[in-house]
Amino acid sequence: MNSTTTTTVASSATSHYRFKPWNVGRLIIWTLFAVMLIVAPMLFRSSLALTMLSQIGYLIIICLSYNILLGQGGMLSFGHAVYTGLGSFIAIHAMNMATKGSVHIPLVLIPLVGGLAGAFFAILLGFVTTKKSGTTFAMITLGIGELVASMALMFPEFFGGEGGITTDRVYGKAFFGISFGPAIQVYYLIAAYCFVCTAAMFAFTGTPLGRILNAVRDNPERVEFIGYNTQRVRYFAFIIAGFFAGIGGGLATINFEIITGADSLSVIRSGGYLLFTFLGGATFFFGPIIGAVLLVLASVLLSELSKAWLLYLGLVFLFMVMYAPGGIASLIMMNLRLAKYGKLRQLWSSYLALGGTALVGVMGAACMIEMTYHLQLNAALGPELTFLGATLNAAGFTSWFGAIFVMVTGFGLFELCRRQFLRQWSTIQEEIEHEIKRGEAL
Amino acid sequence: MAADNPTNTTCALELRDLRKSFGKTEIIRGVNLSVASGERVAIIGPNGAGKSTLFNLISGRFAPTSGDVILNGQRINGLAPYEINRKGLSRSFQITNIFPKLSVFENLRCGVLWSMGYKYTFLRFLSNLHDANERAKQLMEMIKLDKKRDTLAMNLTYAEQRALEIGITIAGGANVILLDEPTAGMSKTETTRFIHLIKEVTEGRTLLTVEHDMGVVFGLADKIAVVVYGEVIAYDTPDKVRANQRVQEAYLGSVVADEQGAGH
Repeated sequence: MNSTTTTTVASSATSHYRFKPWNVGRLIIWTLFAVMLIVAPMLFRSSLALTMLSQIGYLIIICLSYNILLGQGGMLSFGHAVYTGLGSFIAIHAMNMATKGSVHIPLVLIPLVGGLAGAFFAILLGFVTTKKSGTTFAMITLGIGELVASMALMFPEFFGGEGGITTDRVYGKAFFGISFGPAIQVYYLIAAYCFVCTAAMFAFTGTPLGRILNAVRDNPERVEFIGYNTQRVRYFAFIIAGFFAGIGGGLATINFEIITGADSLSVIRSGGYLLFTFLGGATFFFGPIIGAVLLVLASVLLSELSKAWLLYLGLVFLFMVMYAPGGIASLIMMNLRLAKYGKLRQLWSSYLALGGTALVGVMGAACMIEMTYHLQLNAALGPELTFLGATLNAAGFTSWFGAIFVMVTGFGLFELCRRQFLRQWSTIQEEIEHEIKRGEAL
Repeated sequence: MAADNPTNTTCALELRDLRKSFGKTEIIRGVNLSVASGERVAIIGPNGAGKSTLFNLISGRFAPTSGDVILNGQRINGLAPYEINRKGLSRSFQITNIFPKLSVFENLRCGVLWSMGYKYTFLRFLSNLHDANERAKQLMEMIKLDKKRDTLAMNLTYAEQRALEIGITIAGGANVILLDEPTAGMSKTETTRFIHLIKEVTEGRTLLTVEHDMGVVFGLADKIAVVVYGEVIAYDTPDKVRANQRVQEAYLGSVVADEQGAGH
């Protein structure tokens, strides 16, 4: 490098690469996030809504922490519930000890106890899991998940056996009238942690370790040749994910005041985190936030609506993996990109057509699923059932024929719309590419 | 040039009776090679001669079966690639090996981080690391990709990706650079420009390169090592290698004749 280029570099550098953490767009988004957390319980006032909001709050932390592994590090873990669950257990024991007076930990710090526990177990178990990547990593996490889940049944003194462990979150003196007895106070504790942890995890994505973690995800071999030990990078990221997972677990403890090993440590729970983080979108930072909201909506509302909710969930997951592997977040970002280039308006009619036909098809399919479930589970109640206001006869020919007809018509039209949409989509993408190229040339 | 003045140079890289077997087959059969600091050495030889294997042994991708690799006076055989990299040796790959989902700037900044001492830190923001950002930006200008700062590496053209590969390789400031067929798959004009670029960015460093294009080899190298069947059969300046009878017989003759025939 000669001296003339060095001087030009030095003069132009400062203007281009100045750090702007508080740029306006980001400030607005974070403010909106905070306002939403504060305002949400005022908009949704029922006690069910408040419970759901609290769950969403700590699940956001958990799903985001899971995404440090999945989205940012390319580590497909089947055992994230180990760290949330063990965080919960340590937190509940800490609460019970605090109630007895053997230690002095105010309730607001209990989530941190959970977090430290999560980090501790991640240090312990992650040392083994992060030795490997890819499929081997996934298998080891699954093994450790099963191991810890079965251990919970072997040590009922610590894990409480089948019945689990209970606690009372109201201990110590009330502070300015805040005893954390009422659910609303717990919600705001969760919301505060949710905001701080989300901000911290977002900050992590902008640190050297966070970036090298992305590099390890994309091309671990190359990382070895730029001076980084990939095992070490995965290990540190795993510990950080474990820490935030533990915080989420601690908050869950405060919210429910009961923890059972069979539920909190189960591999099914781990699978749920994986599934909804993926649905929300692992490729973007905010994807898991959407995932957490969906997780609560599905497990609370959808399960009320239909007995077949797990089946629907499975179908949605299947559909997303096949057609939108980037999750809902990537769908949003793709459309924002279109909007940025002013192309979104062209697609309105297509979206309406797609949505309409899909809805018709899904209605038909749902009628059949509901009738099948009715025949299997509620045969004693007679063949009739009401579904979305319509009375169906599960044993009758007309209901089945109608349902099949609606489904076939819906999905047939959907397929036609989809083909038309794909053509439109690729033309628009080409136009955008063209515009970008032209912009670069200028 | 360092090669013209051998008394003043120190040894940057030395191979002592290096051997590597895969199963019963010995691929590298006792290679001795010493590269002076600041020298540019091209390794040539027919396909399957063991050139890439040699690079893999030096850079730590494989451990040698026996023999020593000495980098800046330190034995490095058996160390992991990242440990060797930290001791001042960096390499590129025959098949483009970059971070496809990161931008050009991020690719280069990743290459810079360790050498600037940021290691595994998660308590500082990348955007605040002015020295690393500055260095990444300089690299971006050196490899002429500063207009593509935010383009994802996977969306670059092939030649740009090759340039980025070199950029990542030199980013950490290693004093010994190994380039494995840097111009493979490029057109003539691209190759010419690229050789110029390689010369520029590796100025003052020790360079080892595997290369098939003889025009490139004679234009770039201070010394040439001819590897045939896992052995170095000649190691000398380009002119002397060209005149070497054994090399003529084993490998070079036909290629050089072709090159000169095409040139006139």
